Amino acid sequence: MFDKFIGVIPLVPLLPLIGAAINGFVSFRGWRPARSFVHAVACGSIGISFLITLGAFFHFVGLPPEAREMTLTLWPWIYLGAVHADVAFLIDPLSLTMMLVISGVGSVIHIYATGYMAHDKDYPRFFAYLNLFCFAMLLLVMGSNLFMMFIGWEGVGLCSYLLIGFWYEHKPNAAAGMKAFVVNRIGDWGFLIGVLLLFWTLFQLGHPTVTFTEIREQAPLLVGHAWGGVAVVTLVCLFLFVGATGKSAQIPLYVWLPDAMAGPTPVSALIHAATMVTAGVYMIARLNFLFSLSPVAQTVITTVGFSTALFAATIGFAQNDIKKVLAYSTVSQLGFMFGAMGVMAYTAGIFHLVTHAFFKACLFLGSGSVIHGMSGEQDMRKMGGLKKYMPKTFLTFILATLAIAGIFPFAGFFSKDEILWKTFSAGYYFQWILGVVAALGTAIYMFRLIGMTFLGNLHEETGGEKPHHPHESPASMTIPLMILAGLSIVGGFLGFPESLGRLFGLHHSNLIEGWLSPLFHHGVEEGGELGVPIAEYLLMFFSLAVAVGGSYIGYLFYTTRRDIPEKIVARIRPLYQVVVNKYYVDEIYDAIFVKNLLRLNQGMNLFDQKVIDGLVNASGLVVRIFSWISGFLDKYLVDGLVNLVAEATLASGRNLRKIQTGRIQNYLYVAVGGLVVAILYKFL
Amino acid sequence: MIALPLFGFFALLTVGSALIVSFSRSIVYSGFALLGTFFGAAGFYLFLSSDFVAVTQVLIYVGGVLVLILFAIMLTNKIEDATTSNPSLNRIAGAVLTFVLFLFLVGILSGTDWVVQDEEKFASMVTPIGNALLSSYLLPFEVISIALLAALLGAVVLVRREVR
Amino acid sequence: MPTINHYLMVTALVFCLGLYNVVTRKSAVGLLIGVELILNAAAVNFVAFAHFNGNDVAGSIFAIFIIVLAAAEAVVALAIVVAIFQQYHDIDTTKATLLKG
Repeated sequence: MFDKFIGVIPLVPLLPLIGAAINGFVSFRGWRPARSFVHAVACGSIGISFLITLGAFFHFVGLPPEAREMTLTLWPWIYLGAVHADVAFLIDPLSLTMMLVISGVGSVIHIYATGYMAHDKDYPRFFAYLNLFCFAMLLLVMGSNLFMMFIGWEGVGLCSYLLIGFWYEHKPNAAAGMKAFVVNRIGDWGFLIGVLLLFWTLFQLGHPTVTFTEIREQAPLLVGHAWGGVAVVTLVCLFLFVGATGKSAQIPLYVWLPDAMAGPTPVSALIHAATMVTAGVYMIARLNFLFSLSPVAQTVITTVGFSTALFAATIGFAQNDIKKVLAYSTVSQLGFMFGAMGVMAYTAGIFHLVTHAFFKACLFLGSGSVIHGMSGEQDMRKMGGLKKYMPKTFLTFILATLAIAGIFPFAGFFSKDEILWKTFSAGYYFQWILGVVAALGTAIYMFRLIGMTFLGNLHEETGGEKPHHPHESPASMTIPLMILAGLSIVGGFLGFPESLGRLFGLHHSNLIEGWLSPLFHHGVEEGGELGVPIAEYLLMFFSLAVAVGGSYIGYLFYTTRRDIPEKIVARIRPLYQVVVNKYYVDEIYDAIFVKNLLRLNQGMNLFDQKVIDGLVNASGLVVRIFSWISGFLDKYLVDGLVNLVAEATLASGRNLRKIQTGRIQNYLYVAVGGLVVAILYKFL
Repeated sequence: MIALPLFGFFALLTVGSALIVSFSRSIVYSGFALLGTFFGAAGFYLFLSSDFVAVTQVLIYVGGVLVLILFAIMLTNKIEDATTSNPSLNRIAGAVLTFVLFLFLVGILSGTDWVVQDEEKFASMVTPIGNALLSSYLLPFEVISIALLAALLGAVVLVRREVR
Repeated sequence: MPTINHYLMVTALVFCLGLYNVVTRKSAVGLLIGVELILNAAAVNFVAFAHFNGNDVAGSIFAIFIIVLAAAEAVVALAIVVAIFQQYHDIDTTKATLLKG
């Protein structure tokens, strides 16, 4: 009954594009239609996309696992020799999952934005960008070949730039957009090199292709090919991973994401938490057959991922801007996803991607609601006690916080535990420790956020400044919050671990594993299917203990015992300063790259001034010396001879300047005349 | 055989309009007569089995360059004197010079025994051109794209008014 | 069928007419029109030679490059013409003689 939806799947990306075109046109012409028209177009287009996706999803669920892959070819695109790339969509469980997240969470955030952006004068422009982003992101996940993915990849980067700098009148916002764009370009450079290297190698092997399904078939051929002593697969994977670090904000290219919080909060929720930043994770999952071939790349990815998770979590402790905390938290959670990708736990990574989209979007939207209620205030030190003013926001926020902290039975527990368990069982113990510490940190800084924002007393916090008058947000903002909070609660049961499921007599309780694993059939095999997996239970309780402990510490430190963190900070003040300043990474990059580029510029200028001008001056000096000598000789030689020469020069100059008429025709006569003479000379 | 008369028609069109271009007193007539030459050349391309070049000729020359030239004429002449504003100088000297050159060219052309393949081939050139542009001629292709970009920017820089 | 000499004769004529145009016109735009004639003649020659040499693709490629370069040239030259017109309110090449010695 759902098969009708398959044929209309091309509408899924097309509808947001049409919505973007309509609102973009309206905005471009400077029209001010009723707000209801604008958000009817925007929310309607993405909402219908979501319904179509849902229909297609149900159709696919009804199919046997082997049949859950189809390519919808719209039209042929690039046909060059042996290379074929169509405008085609690859629909399989992975892309369907991503489409559901993008259009589903996207719809909710669109609805939220109608409330959040209600007072903005550029209402149509905002929704045009938002819809355009959805289009590009859907293109990225649905494209059946690397070229289409690349177009989506660049498209989401563009939309991210446009939306970060949405309030471009304020200069730091425009600068943040620029920073995001430039840093992303560095990553995109790596991505493009990776794609071209892959294509070139396949070309050498006689199977040039860019289509995912064909690359999957050809991937085993790549084994054993080296390039400069390094396996080609490893090179390709590492270059692709450079692209992923740019787009998904991993070390060393994460610096743009915290600055990207300059954009409107719905943008932060949609682009910089739920969807775009997960593009790197999706890319690795899509090309898992390549990454599975390269243990070196896997180790690099896991290490970078978990290091980022811990690194960003520690920075999160010391931030006072509510959105900055969430930004570093996003970087940290993305690190977990990459960690999972690196240990070939692709399902776990995608699972965490989905749950993270739910609870992080909820957290961001909640923070937006707080900012809205506090009339634009983002500094947590000026908040506090908001619990009684904004009960709905508080309730949803606390649910999402429990989810991200990894408390049973909320969504984050299942996904994060799955990742840590897979890492541990794959033997990456060092990375596992990093991950556990990061998970502890996550719980602490999230409850610090709760404590500083919602608990305590508002007026005590403002410290005598003019008090804010916080108010609860309208229903258009709280209902999306409730939807996302609900998903944060139940989302985890999509991936209910098999080992726990058996306790309740359930088989195949891990729905997402069964849904996605046919794609990743060479992933980590389920270890210890028989018997009671003691180790897994132990680790599960361990991570739960870590989460609960961290939450309690965070709650304690930032509500009742605020003196403890102050004492700790006083004890380790130099270290604290380093953390507050985000390890000075921005400053280091500034000193190493930005300054040096500017210095190179200045050096060029200096070279021009000193060396070139010096040469000119030196030659001037030489001329002066010679003229002095000639003047000396002049005094003693016969003036008449000199005068004669001078006269002759002047006369010839007077006569020769007549040739320089400045008329192009005269020159042409001479040129053509010369040609005629040349022909005469040759043939006569 | 229809080929030769058709060729004659195109030749007449080309040369006739080129004559109008060269000897008309009105620059507007010159500009419009250029249309005939361009179409004649497009006809030649078709005769020479270069279908793609023929289409390009019409698109770029007629659609682009000619329109541009007409724009320039309109922009740089006052509307009232646009009809009689293509003055010439040194007509006699120019005519003599070019006529001598033409004679030489004809002499060379008729005196040379061109190496020509016995059998003429006629086939669509679109696919070979596409493949050649992206394989053996890739570098010139890229260079020319940069040249076009530079020309575009240069034109913008040249004609914009100073912004203060 | 027309032979190669037919093409060469016609293009030689067009070439010379273009040259005549270039050497006699005073107006900068008129001069440019002459250049277009010359370029067209050259391009047809390239294609003609290639065609009678086994329908080689090189001739067409050269013609395309010539067309593109002619377009670029026209753009820049006409921009210069417009700039000159803004400066002198005239496009007579005999009057724009700033570089005269």
